[in-house]
Amino acid sequence: MGEKMNISDLNKKLAEMDVKSLEGVTIEGDIELEIDAGAGGVGPLFAYYFGEEVAKVAVQLVNMAKAFGYPVDSLLQPVAVAQAISPAPEELAKAAPEVPAFKIPDTLKSAKFAVGTDKTWKTQIQEVQLGATKADGGSRGHVIKIGGEKAMPFFYDAAMPNRPVVTVDVFDMPIGMAKAVKMHYEDVMSDPADWAKKAVKEFGADLVTTHLISTDPLIKDTSAKEAVKVVEDVLQAVDVPICIGGSGNPDKDVEVLTKACEVAQGERALIASASLNLDWEAIGKSCAENGNVCLAWTQLEINAQKELDRKLMKVAGVPRDSIVMDPTTAALAYGLDFAYSNMERIRLGGLKGDEELNFPMSSGTTNAWGVREAWMVKSPNVEDSDWGDRMLRGPIWEILTGFSLALAGVDLFMMMNPISVAYLQEITQSLMGLVKAETPDTTNWISVGV
Amino acid sequence: MKESSPLNLYKFLPQTNCGECGEQTCMAFAAGLIARERTIDECKPLFDPKKQKKYAKKLASLKEVIAPEVALVYTGTGDQQKKVGGEDVMYRHQMTFFNWPPFAYDVTDDMELSALVERTKAIAEWRKFYIGNWEEVEMIAVRSVTGDPAKFAACVKKVQETTKKPLVLCSFDPKVLKAGLEVAAENRPIIYAATKDNWKEVAQLAYDYKVPVTVSVPFDLDGLKSMATTFKEMGIDDIILDPGTAPNGEKLQETLHNFIKLRRAATEEGQKDFNFPVMALPITAWMANDDPVRAAYWESLLTATFVCRGADIMIKHSIEPHSVMPDMHMRFNIYTDPRTPVQVKPGAHVVGKPTDESPIFITTNFALTYYTVESDLSSNSIDAYLVAINTDGIGVQASVAGGQITPGKIKETLDEEGLNPAERPHKAIILPGMCAKFTGEIDELYKYEAKAMAGPEDSGRIPGWMEKNWPPKK
Repeated sequence: MGEKMNISDLNKKLAEMDVKSLEGVTIEGDIELEIDAGAGGVGPLFAYYFGEEVAKVAVQLVNMAKAFGYPVDSLLQPVAVAQAISPAPEELAKAAPEVPAFKIPDTLKSAKFAVGTDKTWKTQIQEVQLGATKADGGSRGHVIKIGGEKAMPFFYDAAMPNRPVVTVDVFDMPIGMAKAVKMHYEDVMSDPADWAKKAVKEFGADLVTTHLISTDPLIKDTSAKEAVKVVEDVLQAVDVPICIGGSGNPDKDVEVLTKACEVAQGERALIASASLNLDWEAIGKSCAENGNVCLAWTQLEINAQKELDRKLMKVAGVPRDSIVMDPTTAALAYGLDFAYSNMERIRLGGLKGDEELNFPMSSGTTNAWGVREAWMVKSPNVEDSDWGDRMLRGPIWEILTGFSLALAGVDLFMMMNPISVAYLQEITQSLMGLVKAETPDTTNWISVGV
Repeated sequence: MKESSPLNLYKFLPQTNCGECGEQTCMAFAAGLIARERTIDECKPLFDPKKQKKYAKKLASLKEVIAPEVALVYTGTGDQQKKVGGEDVMYRHQMTFFNWPPFAYDVTDDMELSALVERTKAIAEWRKFYIGNWEEVEMIAVRSVTGDPAKFAACVKKVQETTKKPLVLCSFDPKVLKAGLEVAAENRPIIYAATKDNWKEVAQLAYDYKVPVTVSVPFDLDGLKSMATTFKEMGIDDIILDPGTAPNGEKLQETLHNFIKLRRAATEEGQKDFNFPVMALPITAWMANDDPVRAAYWESLLTATFVCRGADIMIKHSIEPHSVMPDMHMRFNIYTDPRTPVQVKPGAHVVGKPTDESPIFITTNFALTYYTVESDLSSNSIDAYLVAINTDGIGVQASVAGGQITPGKIKETLDEEGLNPAERPHKAIILPGMCAKFTGEIDELYKYEAKAMAGPEDSGRIPGWMEKNWPPKK
């Protein structure tokens, strides 16, 4: 398109329209402006070649022309025009469209921040009582309640009704363990009752878990009848609620755990665990008949968790208030991402109303000690930076494995190292606002002397 | 980007199926954009100046639709450029977290020169091998402790001579920041921070030097929004928020609530006027704890808290292995893309330069397991064949229990790869220790012409195991 006009023509037009914004601009001579450019503004190149004032005039002209009905929409491609004249300096060619002049206001603009809560969280997580006192058919000194959340952990949407709790692992025979763990239990390893006492009295365990691993046919093949005597000893030794675990052998566990249920009748002990790989019905029924709580263990698979929970309720007749889920803990650096998201999805599903998922969760946090970074003296990879002192690495590995899963929704942690137990309790209670501590003035962190 | 349908992005593309992007159709490219595998600049016609008129509107709309929910800020330049922010979701399983928060470890301008260089090197050179990658630190935060602009500038200069990693320049004194920018601006550091007292001067610095700026209004989200909005209206786009990080007590609960609120406002509520990336300061753990191990552990706890819940960049202190290792792994795990299964190609992989005499190791195709074994072999100069059995990306222990790895499947895989242990000088394969129970059955499958040996349960012990057991005794 080739609409041409002379400045003098335009001046005349502008004068007729009384365009004030062009006042004071004088253009000498009868420059013919052939502006092949659009109304989008003036690029830096255009300004560079035509000078700031002329460029501004040009924009006015184009706008005028548009107002008069000239077809200028396809006009103003400053780069093309400029390049036709001579090559531009590179830094200008790269420059962004002209930035409006920088101006700092006198005062800060006032603003109000507001954000809502998650309205899809309509269902409360089932509250589950662990342990029973004399008054309700058991022998524990007190009970512990877990679950009952109406929001994701530590969110501001709703306060958590119950704090996360820790159950410390006790085994019915001495086992191999990482040095940083073993040092705390060496003196009590031969006696599960003493072990349990130490965990409660010295290490602040909320509960203890008695693992009857000696029942494994490949270990000692202790009979169920013999093995559950240890459960009786532990119930005598401590008055906190307890958990009871098997050896992991799917056949033997059914026998051992149902027997343990009888021994712990009325105690609301957490029985670990029913899974789809063994006779979950027998274990579930035994929990229900003897007033214990059933741990439903699945392996990182949300649909399997739903299936098992459903079967325990519908087929084995386990009441809703007697189910805790263990969706499997893959530790930090060993698949934590799977465990974290699986649990986060389960908790979100529960809050959104999935009645097969709205139960409290348990984590086998002790798995952290299987990670080489937690226990190995030095890196097998010679090119790694120094791994430092494993006695310091191990506890933090267990702490972070547990804590990240606390953020995802875990209510009960099975742990071993007493240092880890203390930190996990302190951080989770801090995030619930239960720890009154003097917080330093952090505004001067830049100059702090560390 | 909240959009999840390629159809809704397709309408902003040229729809010519020109193929310049490497996809056969514009619809395929749209799907790539949804999956975040493609970026819009790969659509050449959209950016062609000659087609500007035709596509300008589409391009503008497309840019708006695909913009991340949490704004993206770049720091550093060239191959040291780091992304801050750019997240789209509240929970990682909803898509993935994209850009892990850079860890900026601190140095101070009151350090002796040799100590400064030593610490800078220790930070910059730290590394650890994990799932086929080297983990590294991204940034260094230079703190002005002396308050002296000249000392700060000298410190920044020394750090830049020692490492190319991008910097966070930390001072509340605009003169100090300016001195630092004079020596570092071209490497695009982040400045920390504008406050209610200095914001005008710091805004001017951010504008003059074209660097990202942190606005710091601790524990006052209205005030934080007020300052960020003011900066934005001045034309400053690269803004990072510091809502305050308290290391303990009830104030820590408030800190977490603030991070959750900011992430939720940006991602779930789409508050485009206040969606800047957020900075956490786990370093404040050192202000509340005297014992260095306790301080380091608390720093890790703060790090984990904000890796999981909403931080886009962090300033940290402890470079002890018991801090860096767990913190790096935490971030790696949480920022792993859950959409991609972590698997390697099943079959035989070569480690080093194996010969007929070299051992054959069996493992699974779960990437974590595979790369761990591979690195344990290669870093100890063990030449070998490492055969990954297809367990659908399940680890050894779980796949033994779940039947994804069996004696039959091991032999089948070796047959497919043309590796017949019976025809090799040592007539043996080495199983993971957790497959020890397979040995008899495998021996039988090979008609006792080759034997399966049970290796150690942790591949870190392979070198020691090899000394004792390889070559196998006849």
